[in-house]
Amino acid sequence: MSILVIAEHDNGSLKPATLNSVTAAQAIGGEIDILVVGSDCQSAAEQAAQVAGIAKVLVADNAVYANSLAENVAPLIAEVGASYSHILGTATTTIKNILPRAAALMDVQAISEISAVISADTFKRPIYAGNVIATVQSSDAIKVLTVRGTAFDAAVAEGGSATIEAVASAHDAGQSEFKGEEVAKSDRPELTAAKIVVSGGRGMGNGDNFSMLYSIADKLGAAVGASRAAVDAGFVPNDMQVGQTGKIVAPDLYVAVGISGAIQHLAGMKDSKVIVAINKDEEAPIFSVADYGLVADLFTAVPEFDAAL
Amino acid sequence: MKVLVAVKRVVDYNVKVRPKSDGTDVDLANVKMSINPFCEIAVEEAVRLAEKGIATEVVAVSVGAQQSQEQLRTALALGADRAILVETDQPLEPLAIAKCLKAVCDSESPDLILMGKQAIDGDNNQTGQMLAALLGCAQATFASEITVEDGKASVIREVDGGLQTVALTLPAIVTSDLRLNEPRYASLPNIMKAKRKPLDVTNPADLGVDIASRVTLLGVELPAERQAGIKVDDVAMLVDKLKNEAKVI
Ligand SMILES: Cc1cc2nc3c(=O)[nH]c(=O)nc-3n(C[C@H](O)[C@H](O)[C@H](O)COP(=O)(O)OP(=O)(O)OC[C@H]3O[C@@H](n4cnc5c(N)ncnc54)[C@H](O)[C@@H]3O)c2cc1C
Ligand SMILES: Cc1cc2nc3c(=O)[nH]c(=O)nc-3n(C[C@H](O)[C@H](O)[C@H](O)COP(=O)(O)OP(=O)(O)OC[C@H]3O[C@@H](n4cnc5c(N)ncnc54)[C@H](O)[C@@H]3O)c2cc1C
Repeated sequence: MSILVIAEHDNGSLKPATLNSVTAAQAIGGEIDILVVGSDCQSAAEQAAQVAGIAKVLVADNAVYANSLAENVAPLIAEVGASYSHILGTATTTIKNILPRAAALMDVQAISEISAVISADTFKRPIYAGNVIATVQSSDAIKVLTVRGTAFDAAVAEGGSATIEAVASAHDAGQSEFKGEEVAKSDRPELTAAKIVVSGGRGMGNGDNFSMLYSIADKLGAAVGASRAAVDAGFVPNDMQVGQTGKIVAPDLYVAVGISGAIQHLAGMKDSKVIVAINKDEEAPIFSVADYGLVADLFTAVPEFDAAL
Repeated sequence: MKVLVAVKRVVDYNVKVRPKSDGTDVDLANVKMSINPFCEIAVEEAVRLAEKGIATEVVAVSVGAQQSQEQLRTALALGADRAILVETDQPLEPLAIAKCLKAVCDSESPDLILMGKQAIDGDNNQTGQMLAALLGCAQATFASEITVEDGKASVIREVDGGLQTVALTLPAIVTSDLRLNEPRYASLPNIMKAKRKPLDVTNPADLGVDIASRVTLLGVELPAERQAGIKVDDVAMLVDKLKNEAKVI
């Protein structure tokens, strides 16, 4: 078997999310290559070559790939991927945007967000907001899979010595154009990679009150997340949403503050190792998944918690 | 400009789905079915484009069993002009659904195709991207804002890092995220009116689409249950437990 892992990177560096797919690839077994598609992405490629156990790093370094436009990247993946048995990528928004498009070009039914590898053609994946786990078997000649990052540990990022090979082909569909981005700047760890996540919900009341959570987060080295209700209400930006349709997290510690625990929210955090819930309603469903539940008004409990740290 | 909206019939988002006792599939007997929330947002967006005078016709399309007509009627009640059902009793995979939608697009030639980013049953998040590949057209997934001007769609996308703006040449596919809009409720007169709007029924065979399944469902199970936790009396006890029992801070 030969497996192609699509790198998640920002040209300058390889994103840790890539390492979860490498582990999933190792569970399938076989030779593993990494494809880095970008523009001025040599340093990301060099980091990919350091990842333990990688045979080859393929680099498509071209201005047409600068912003990971699906129209340009998907045909490249379909072309390079044709000689592999498996194509994998971690389910980030970039990969979710591109891989199904590449799969359709190859006439393959992709399998989304696998959470376990049973064999080379059989995988587990959560459906219905994670209420049910399905075991599915693919009969396609090439398997195209996205990987749920929280379900696979990160592979070792160092010690490898893969060869680096350039891929020349440049696809420019000319159908879409990158106009700009608004990237949230933060010194806190990334939500999906953080060991501790502190999240606030509608109970926080407004965006300013989130400063209570930022203060705790900074003491704990934590990331800050939110429920959909908090994002919809405009308290915090969309990239903080945890849940079925937001980010999936599984930190060592998840602290849910003023979050009721709707199934769509639980879908994004219930695989966390330890869950703490702070909520004034003792009937709130969040308590059914919490290891430690504190029934209290968050406006008194959170400052107390902060002071105790 | 003609807008096509894909809508899927799914289990209502309030239902907690469970496996059948033999573990072969999920138990969907007698559960409430609804229009997929993301598709509802897509319909709302199409109707708003019509209200702004940008869309001249809104066509809702669904692929699925005969009962999917209910969800198409919902789309008509929200303001779509007509509907097409590609009827099949076989549960289809995203690639097969995309192929059915491609066949419909080939005869309808829409300028803009609006879809949900993900269906809340299969949670695949694939169909829009696949349809874009099959049509060879531009795509913008996870949209939180769409502006159509001069034959182009400018779309703000919700991505992991924040927000991204792309400009697409039409025809194009846009899949909705949660904050694209807040769908309206269908009024009673509009629900009555929707009953008389045209709803055509076709099927994959007539469209010449191969819907053979590539993925076999071997079984379903419940996820590992979490051990029941405890309630702590106060913040001091919480901090003590986190430090000395769970050892996470
Ligand atoms: C298609 C779809 C997708 C969705 N995707 C997601 C998703 O990805 N992520 C997500 O989170 N949701 C998602 N949702 C929304 C979800 O169903 C819930 O509506 C949402 O999670 C509720 O957010 P919340 O818990 O913050 O708000 P609420 O349910 O309103 O809960 C607020 C909680 O705060 C508590 N509270 C209030 N004041 C205080 C106080 N002073 N002290 C202590 N506690 C207090 C209350 O007791 C209550 O339990 C989705 C819904 C749909 C339909
Ligand atoms: C337990 C379970 C078992 C299943 N078993 C099988 C099986 O054995 N074989 C099989 O083939 N399938 C099976 N399915 C169906 C399959 O998993 C997906 O539900 C289906 O492939 C569609 O994926 P999705 O809705 O998640 O697509 P997504 O890509 O998440 O949908 C995104 C958007 O595409 C559009 N769309 C999706 N579906 C339709 C539609 N039908 N009509 C119109 N627009 C649509 C909508 O705009 C939607 O918002 C099963 C599903 C479940 C939950």
